[in-house]
Amino acid sequence: MDDIAIELRGIDKSFGLVHANKDINLKVRKGTIHGIIGENGAGKSTLMSILYGFYQADRGEILVCGKQVSIRDPNTAISVGIGMVHQHFMLVENFTVLENVMLGAEDSQILNKGINKARQELKRLEKEYALEVNPDALIEELPVGLQQRVEILKALYRRADILILDEPTGVLTPAEADHLFRILGQLKAQGKTIILITHKLREIMAITDEVSVMRRGEMVATRTTRETTVEELAELMVGRRVLLRVQKGEAKPGDVKLAVQGLTVKDSRGVTMVDDVSFEVRAGEIVGIAGVAGNGQSELLEAIAGIRRATSGTVLLNGRSVDVTGHRDPAELRARGLAHVPEDRHHVGLVLKFEESENAILGYHNDPRYLNGVFLDIDAIRKDAEEKIAKYDIRPPNARLKTANFSGGNQQKIVLAREMERGPDVLIIGQPTRGVDVGAIEFIHKRIIEMRDQGKAVLLVSVELDEIRSLSDRILVMFAGRVVGERSPEASEGELGLLMAGVEGRKEAAG
Amino acid sequence: MDFFHVLVVLLESTIRVSVPLLFAALAGLFTERAGVFDIGLEGKMLGAAFAAGAVAAVTQSVWAGLLAAILVSVLLSLVHGYASITQRGNQIVSGVAINFIVAGSTVILGEAWFRQGGRTPALADGARFQTISLPEADVIREVPFLGPIYADLLSGHFLLTYIAFAMVPASWWVLYRTRFGLRLRAVGENPGAVDTAGISVIWLRYRAVICCGILCGFAGAYLSLAMTAGFVKGMTAGKGYIALAALIFAKWRPVNIMFACLLFGFLDALAIRLQGTPLPLVGQVPVQFMQALPYILTVILLAGFIGKAIPPKAGGVPYVKER
Repeated sequence: MDDIAIELRGIDKSFGLVHANKDINLKVRKGTIHGIIGENGAGKSTLMSILYGFYQADRGEILVCGKQVSIRDPNTAISVGIGMVHQHFMLVENFTVLENVMLGAEDSQILNKGINKARQELKRLEKEYALEVNPDALIEELPVGLQQRVEILKALYRRADILILDEPTGVLTPAEADHLFRILGQLKAQGKTIILITHKLREIMAITDEVSVMRRGEMVATRTTRETTVEELAELMVGRRVLLRVQKGEAKPGDVKLAVQGLTVKDSRGVTMVDDVSFEVRAGEIVGIAGVAGNGQSELLEAIAGIRRATSGTVLLNGRSVDVTGHRDPAELRARGLAHVPEDRHHVGLVLKFEESENAILGYHNDPRYLNGVFLDIDAIRKDAEEKIAKYDIRPPNARLKTANFSGGNQQKIVLAREMERGPDVLIIGQPTRGVDVGAIEFIHKRIIEMRDQGKAVLLVSVELDEIRSLSDRILVMFAGRVVGERSPEASEGELGLLMAGVEGRKEAAG
Repeated sequence: MDFFHVLVVLLESTIRVSVPLLFAALAGLFTERAGVFDIGLEGKMLGAAFAAGAVAAVTQSVWAGLLAAILVSVLLSLVHGYASITQRGNQIVSGVAINFIVAGSTVILGEAWFRQGGRTPALADGARFQTISLPEADVIREVPFLGPIYADLLSGHFLLTYIAFAMVPASWWVLYRTRFGLRLRAVGENPGAVDTAGISVIWLRYRAVICCGILCGFAGAYLSLAMTAGFVKGMTAGKGYIALAALIFAKWRPVNIMFACLLFGFLDALAIRLQGTPLPLVGQVPVQFMQALPYILTVILLAGFIGKAIPPKAGGVPYVKER
C-alpha cells in the first residue's frame, strides 16, 4: 500500500437536492499523473474541493499516504502536503509574486524576516523545477501562463507533494500548455504526485499515467491511459457513443454577407483592443477567429453586434453599411438579419432569473407574433418556447422553469435556439461551447454546420482551437487586436499556435 | 498681524480640525482595505463622542470617557461586521442604518440622562483633554520664523492630536510591513486567495472592522473631550463623510490620507477665517457660502482632480465560497 498517495473511500456529498458526489472511490498512485475527466457538472471540482478542505464530505474517508486524515479546511490539506492550482487563479493581482507566494505562509508577524527567506526559497524552487519568474513583478503585469506558474510555486513553497490542477489549460495558448505539461513531467520526475482535472481528452492522452472518469457525480471507471482510447473515454464520460469528429461537407460560399473594413475599437481607458481589422464572411461559410482570450476577439464581436462603439471603420451587413462608430442599435441590426450568440451568456445572453420562455424571446419581444395589442401574448410565447425546447432537445423540457436552473449546455441551447430560429442571414457566435458538456457540444456543432449549409454566413469566435479547426472553412488568427494571419482549417495546430502567440505574425507583418 | 502670523494661526487651526478627519479616514482605511465598505464612520464617531461626553461627565475622568468612546465605537463596528460579514448583508445599508440609529439614539439617551436638550453636561477641566506645551515653547517662540512654527504650530495641541499624526506612519507600518497587513490587503483584493491559503476570511475581516472601531472611538473622543467640553447633538456634522471622501481622494493610502485630511481641514479653517472678511475683487461673501466652500471644493476635487481612484477590488462584496 506504500505507493498510494491518496485514497478516497465512499466520498458522498450533496448540496441541497443536488447529489454532487455519490460514493466515490479513488486511488492515486505516488509519483504519477492521474487524470480526472468528466463533463461539466460531473462532480470533479466538488471532489477536489473536498480533498482540499474547501467543503466537507457528508460521508467517506480520505487517506493520504495510507494514513486516514480529516481535512476540515485548506490549512489541514496544506499540512498533509496537498496543494491546489485553481482554475480561476487565487492570486492578489496588485501584489508581487513574492507577496502572493508568502501569503498565508509568512513565518513571522513582521514581514521583513520572512521576505528574505521566501526570496531564497523561491530561487531554490526556480532552479529545481525550472520555474522562472521575477519575484518582484506584479501579478497583473504577468501573462496568464506565468500567473499559473506562480500558483504552482505557491503550492511548492508550502511543500506540497500532491498537486491538484483544476482545468489548467483553459486560459493558455497551445505553446503555454505544452510548457505546462513539460513542467508537470518534471515535477513527476521529482517524485510529486499530480492530479489533473480536465474535460479535454487530448490532454489526458498526452500526459497522464492513469485516468478516472466521472459522470453525474459517480466515478464510472479508472483506466491506464496507455490502454484506453479517446473514443472509449468519451463514451464513458457521456454514457453513450459520441461523434468526436464533426461531419461536414464542402462549403459553397456565395455572396459577401458581412464585410468589416478597418475596424478599430478602443476600450474605456483608451487602449486599442481591435486594431484595423478587415475581413469578409460569405453566405454558406464559417469563418473562425482563433486567438488566446483577451486579444480583441470579444471586442470585435461586440462591435459588430452593435453593443460596443467602434472608434473607426465600417461594417457592411448585406451590403448596407452599419453605423458602428455612432449610434448603436442592436435591435435594428437584428431586424436587418444579424443574429448574435454572445460569449458571456450569463451576463449578455440571458436573464437567469427569468423563466425559460421569457429568455427564448429576449430581444425579439416586440415581434407581433408574441404580442397581443400592447401586452405580451403569454400563450404564444410559451408555445413558441415549447417548440424550440423540442427541436433543440433542451432539458428539462419545461418552459416555465427559471433559466438559472438549467445546466450550462442547456442554457446555451436556449440562446442558440432563439438566435438561429430567426433565420438570420449572418450569425455571429462567441464561445459556442464554453461550459457546455460533450454531448451538447456535438449537438451545437451540428446545428452550426446546418446553418452554414442553409446558406447563412457564420462568424465564429472561440478560444478552443480544436473547435475552430473542426468547424471553420477559413481561420483568422487574432493577436494583440490585429488579424495576424489567415489559414485554412488544414493548417497544423503548431502553425496556428505560433500565430496565436504572436510569433509568426510579427514576421509576416514585417515581411 | 502680518501675513506670516495669519498663516501660522490658519495652519494651527487646520491641524485642529483635521484630527477627527484623520482618525476617521484611517479607520475607514482599515476596513475598506479589507473589503468592507463603511459609510457608517459618521455614526460610529458620533456614538463615540456621545459615550465619551456622557461617561466623562459622570465619572469626571477623561480616560474613562476615552475608553467608553472606543468601546461604543467597536460595538457599533461589530454590528456592521455582523451584518455585512457574517450575514453577508448590504454594506451600504448597514452603514446608513448605523448612522441613523446613532443620530437618533444619542439625542434620546442624552435627554433622558442629562435633561439638557440632548447635550451632555459641560466638562470640567479635569474631565477633558488639556493641551500640551512642548518643552521650552515659550523660550523658543522668540526665535524669528522657526520660533512661532514650533511654539504656535507644533506645540499646544492635545495628546490625541499627536496620537492621530503618529497613527499615520503606524498604520502604514501595520499595513505594509506586518503579516496582518499583508493578509488584510489581500482579503480586500481577492478573499479567495486568502481562503485557499488557509486563512479565515471572516476572522480577518472582523479584526479589520475592530481596528476601524478603535480609531473611530478616538475620533469621537477628540470631538467631545478635546475640541469642545462635552457632547452636542449631531456634533460630527458630516465629518465622517468628509473622512470617507478623503479616503477615496487619497486612493486608500495612509500618507496620502494625511495630506487629504489636512487639505480638507485647511479649507474648513480658511472658511472660518474668511467669514465676515471682505475679499479683494469680490467683496463681502455670504457666511453660508464660506461654510459651504469646503464641501463644494470636496466635490470638485473628487470629481475632477484625482484621476481614477481604484477601490479595493473585493470591496463591498460579501465573501461566499464559490461552488
